[in-house]
Formats: sequence, C-alpha cells, structure tokens
Amino acid sequence: MKTLRAALLGSGHIGTDLLAKILQRGRRVEAVAMVGIDPASEGLARARDAGLRTFAGGLDELLADPIANSLDIAFDATSAAAHLAHAPKLAERGIRAVDLTPAALGPYVVPAVNLDSLRDAPNINMVTCGGQATIPIVHAVHRVSPVHYAEIVATIASRSAGPGTRANIDEFTRTTARGLEVVGGAGHGKAIIVLNPAEPPITMRDTVYCLCGPEADPEAIRASIERMVAEVAEFVPGYRLVQPPVIEDLRENPLRRPGETPAAGWKVTTLLAVEGAGDHLPTYAGNLDIMTSAALAVGERLARDTQEAP
Amino acid sequence: MSTTPDTSTGGDTGDRRLLLQDCTLRDGMHAIGHQYSAAQMAAIAQRLDEARIDLIEVSHGDGLGGNSFIYGFSRETEEAYITAVREVVRHARLAALLLPGIGTIEDMRRARGLGVDTIRIATHCTEADVSRQHVEAGRELGMDVACFLMMAHSVSTATLVEEARKMESYGAHCVYVTDSAGALLMHETTERVRALKDALGCEVGFHNHNNLGLGVANTVLAIEAGADRVDGSLAGMGAGAGNCPLEVLVAVLDRMGRGTGAQLYPLIDAADQLVRPLQERPVQTDGNALMLGYAGVYSSFLLHAEKASRQFGVDARDILQELGRRRMVGGQEDMIVDVALELAGRDNGGDA
Repeated sequence: MKTLRAALLGSGHIGTDLLAKILQRGRRVEAVAMVGIDPASEGLARARDAGLRTFAGGLDELLADPIANSLDIAFDATSAAAHLAHAPKLAERGIRAVDLTPAALGPYVVPAVNLDSLRDAPNINMVTCGGQATIPIVHAVHRVSPVHYAEIVATIASRSAGPGTRANIDEFTRTTARGLEVVGGAGHGKAIIVLNPAEPPITMRDTVYCLCGPEADPEAIRASIERMVAEVAEFVPGYRLVQPPVIEDLRENPLRRPGETPAAGWKVTTLLAVEGAGDHLPTYAGNLDIMTSAALAVGERLARDTQEAP
Repeated sequence: MSTTPDTSTGGDTGDRRLLLQDCTLRDGMHAIGHQYSAAQMAAIAQRLDEARIDLIEVSHGDGLGGNSFIYGFSRETEEAYITAVREVVRHARLAALLLPGIGTIEDMRRARGLGVDTIRIATHCTEADVSRQHVEAGRELGMDVACFLMMAHSVSTATLVEEARKMESYGAHCVYVTDSAGALLMHETTERVRALKDALGCEVGFHNHNNLGLGVANTVLAIEAGADRVDGSLAGMGAGAGNCPLEVLVAVLDRMGRGTGAQLYPLIDAADQLVRPLQERPVQTDGNALMLGYAGVYSSFLLHAEKASRQFGVDARDILQELGRRRMVGGQEDMIVDVALELAGRDNGGDA
C-alpha cells in the first residue's frame, strides 16, 4: 500500500535514477511529481511518461500548484546551494525533506548504520554518495575497535558526475568528512573525491582507511567489515570488497601526523567497488545507486513509521 | 647573444616578461615523502628569493589539505611550512597548490591568511568545471589564480583548449599545460602551449616532469611557443624523475640570450648544497621514473608504487604499466595497492 506521496526535486542523474527506483521498487512510497529547471530535460520527460506531474519552473511552481497540498515528502536531488533555498519552503508547507545534496542541514542518515534514528526530523540529510559507501565500513570497524582517524577516497566516473556534483566538490569533502565522524564514529574524518574520465567509464571505487589503537583485534575488525558489506549489499547488490581488508601493524612503527602525537596501533585499509543496478546510467555509476537506494530506504522507513503511528 | 624573435616557432622571445615559478618546496615534497623540515624549506626559499625567482610554491606535494594516509603525512604542519617561508621571502610571490576534491576553500582562506599570494588550482585535464568555486573564491580573496590542467598528455589539444577556456571564464589569471606524467613529446608540447596561447586572453603556463628526459627541452619549447610562466625545481626536486631543473633552465635561457632576471650562481649553490643532499632516493630518469613517462602515469605515484612493490613482492614497473593501462588519474594512489594485490594474486596462481 502506498502511503507517502513524494515529489522529486531535480531532474539530473540522481533524480532520474531515484525515479526509476521508486517506480520499480517503491512499496510504500509513491512518486507523484518531479521538478526541474530545464523543460527539455530527459528526467522530466521520463517522469511525464511515467504519469508524474512535472514542473520545469523550479520548486516555486510546484508549491503554487494544488498538488503540493497532498505531498508528504520531497527528495531533493538538486545541489547544496539550491537545497538551502528549498529547505525553508518545504518546511513551511509541512513537507518532509530527504536531502540528497551535501547541504547537510538536517541529521545525517546512512541506512545500514542509523536508519532507526530518524524519528521526527523534518529534514534528513543523505550525506554524499561517498559517505553512503564508506561510513558503514568506518562504523563496522568502530563498533569493534574505536577509530581515531578515518579517511576515505571516493573515485567516480566523470560521466556519472552531473553539474550539481561538480559545483559541490567542497561541500562533498566537508560533509563526507563530518559524516565519518558523526555517523561512522571516527575521532577525526577526512574525505577525498577524484573524478576519472576513462572510457569505458570506471566503476565507482571507494577506499577506506581507519586508524585504530594498539588494543584492536584484527580478526574482529575483518569479521565486522565482512558482515557490514553483506548488510549494505542487501539494498545495493553491487556493493563488494575488491580485496580482503589489509590490516597493518603500526604498534612498533607509530603513525606520525603533523601536529599530533605519534599513534601506535593498527591501520585498516578497505578497498570497495560499488556497481550500480543500471537503472538510469549504466552499472559503472554505483555512486548514483548507493545514494538513491539509501534515499528510497529512508522513504520506505518513514512510510512505515507513518503507517504504524497511532 | 641573439634577440631576434624566432618566427619559425611563432614565439616572441624578446620582450615579454617570463615568470619563473619554483616548485622545489611543493613538488619536491613528493620526492622525500613530504618530509622537509620547515627550517629546510626556509633555507631553500631564502636562496630562491635572493636569486630573484618570481614565485615560490609551498605546500604538501598534493596541495593544501594533502596530509593523508593515501598521499602521506608531512613532517610538519602546513601552517609551520608557510609561516617559515613567508618570514624569509622578500621579493617573490608565495604560491600554494590546491586540488579540488582534496583541499577546500577553507584551506585556501587559511593559506591566504598566512601570507600566500598565488593559489594554483589543479584539476585533471578533462574536469576543469570542478575548479569553478575555488577559482572564484581565490579571486574574491584577492589572490593571483593560476589553474593547472593535469595529465595534459592524455587528451587532444582541442579538448585541452576547451577546458582551458572554462578556467579562464571562471577568472583564472593563468592556465597551465601540466605534464604531470612527464609524457609529452616535444611537438606535443609546442602544439598545446601555442593552442592555449592562441585561444586565451589570460597567461599560459607550463609545468612538467623529466620522466622522458625532456624536462628542460620541453620547457624551452613552451617558452618559445609563448608560455608566460614556467615551472622548475632546484636539482629537479619533484615527483618522478623530477621537474625541469630550475638552475639548468636558467643557464640555458641565459645562453639563449633570453634574460630572466634570475641569478644563476645562487640557484646552482642552492641546488648542490641544500637540495641534492636531501634526495635519499635520487631524483633522476631511472627505470621506474622512465616508466611513468612511458606509460603515462601521474609522477607522484613513483614512491608509492616502489613501496607497494616491496610490500607485495611485485615488479614496480608492472604496477606502473598496469596503472597506465587502467588510465588512473592524479589522486588515485589508493589504486596502487589495489593493482599490486591483483598482480600478486596472479603471480600466486590466483584468479584475483
């Protein structure tokens, strides 16, 4: 039964991929409208074909239409700057925002880690594609051995990065780094993003480095990571370890970082690949899938919570 | 001494003021795993300044915010390096590198506050549009903004011009043809620099690596093709086989009658007395460094590939060739371990 009526803001790669996922896999979430700024965009055409109302005049045009009164939720897949303008307008109309940009106004949600913590936040932030791919691993390490420092490198195919992503590189690094700390549990986080234009396009790759203390148990870390990869793969089937985690002993050879005391412990390197479902862009664009799959998981949970509410 | 412009190369080799940019303290960080002390940097910077080099770049090899597991942690903090160099530099402009996706505008603002005048913003040569917010921020901060199109060997001249135009439109004062892999051949260098010169109203720069032994030669060609700024490092101190050796370039330009305003002896002294003794691994076109230029691989991969070679027992040349085959770009040092593990798996009869 469909219980949440949703609008999609943004008709780029992410909005279009999310539309495909809601149409194919949405159980309780129903997509009823899509907003863009280019009447000729492919995403709006797809939405029209699928029977959604479409608005090429931005969010204001949607909000001026009576259909806005029936909306429960809006997935914002525009850009961080655009979301800053959208958020108060949605809040004013009582429409819950699931923010797929790195604007980071609301609490961060990474479904495999903290889907249960949504409660009543009117604005939920999905961190970044790189965050969705890597924060579960940091959390997996942290739950068995505290992570003092976490660093991630997300590499995506140039073709999978639309203009919104390209305009938001700084927001990506900042928001992902913060997500590593707030949701992943790391004492300090750093995020790096690289675009690779190779043809044929490369599959999304993510590398996660965690620094743990000398007390860490490598076997427990390895098992926890493997468990987490399986959990994430439940909703993003193309999520996998490329190699078993590489765990290096730094107890005798402490890590020296400028401005910090030398850290004796363990370094955990996890090499991941994220292959997409091929809904909108081909399978190389796992960065779209991990983000849109996570957003849909949030939508479904919100729908269930609404249904179960007294 | 000849001052006649060489019309066959289309260069105006006489009048225009050429800017020399030193990279010893930034690209040179790659050659020693980012382990200069701030005092060493200050001593080198002082000589460069005395020799009247126009710009001196200081930062982690991978730019502001480069401290990381993937690229390596520097010996001292960014602030300590910039402050130490700022204190001794009287004439030169101070520059810092920033790679969008690694460093942020906040890092740039901090560097500006510490006295950095020029921000050099580098993207892969097909990804100029990710630099927009950084170029605009640099301009707002009143900085001189130079943009790098890295791995310039890997695309056509037409693509390079298209991307360079974007950077100029965002407000860059200068756009560089950046031969990060030291893979550009001589005619390719001339063609690319001249094409940017023809297409752009802003300055054009050239930065390279000596992996094919063309460090000085290609830089001279770039100048003849109209480059307004060129990069070099003392004793070549830079990633891979190093950069165009600055003291050699100045000597060659001198012999060509192309005055630079830079003084040769202090540069030679600094190269021989201060920089070369710091090179634990010689910075030269040896087998692995040559392989970078031959396979078209980002020069700073060299030390990481050699470390992975030792750690996983595979030939560094095979790692570098495979990285080239996969068309890895700057910043993808994490793939070095990935490739090494895969090659090690193959060697052991695995099917990884």
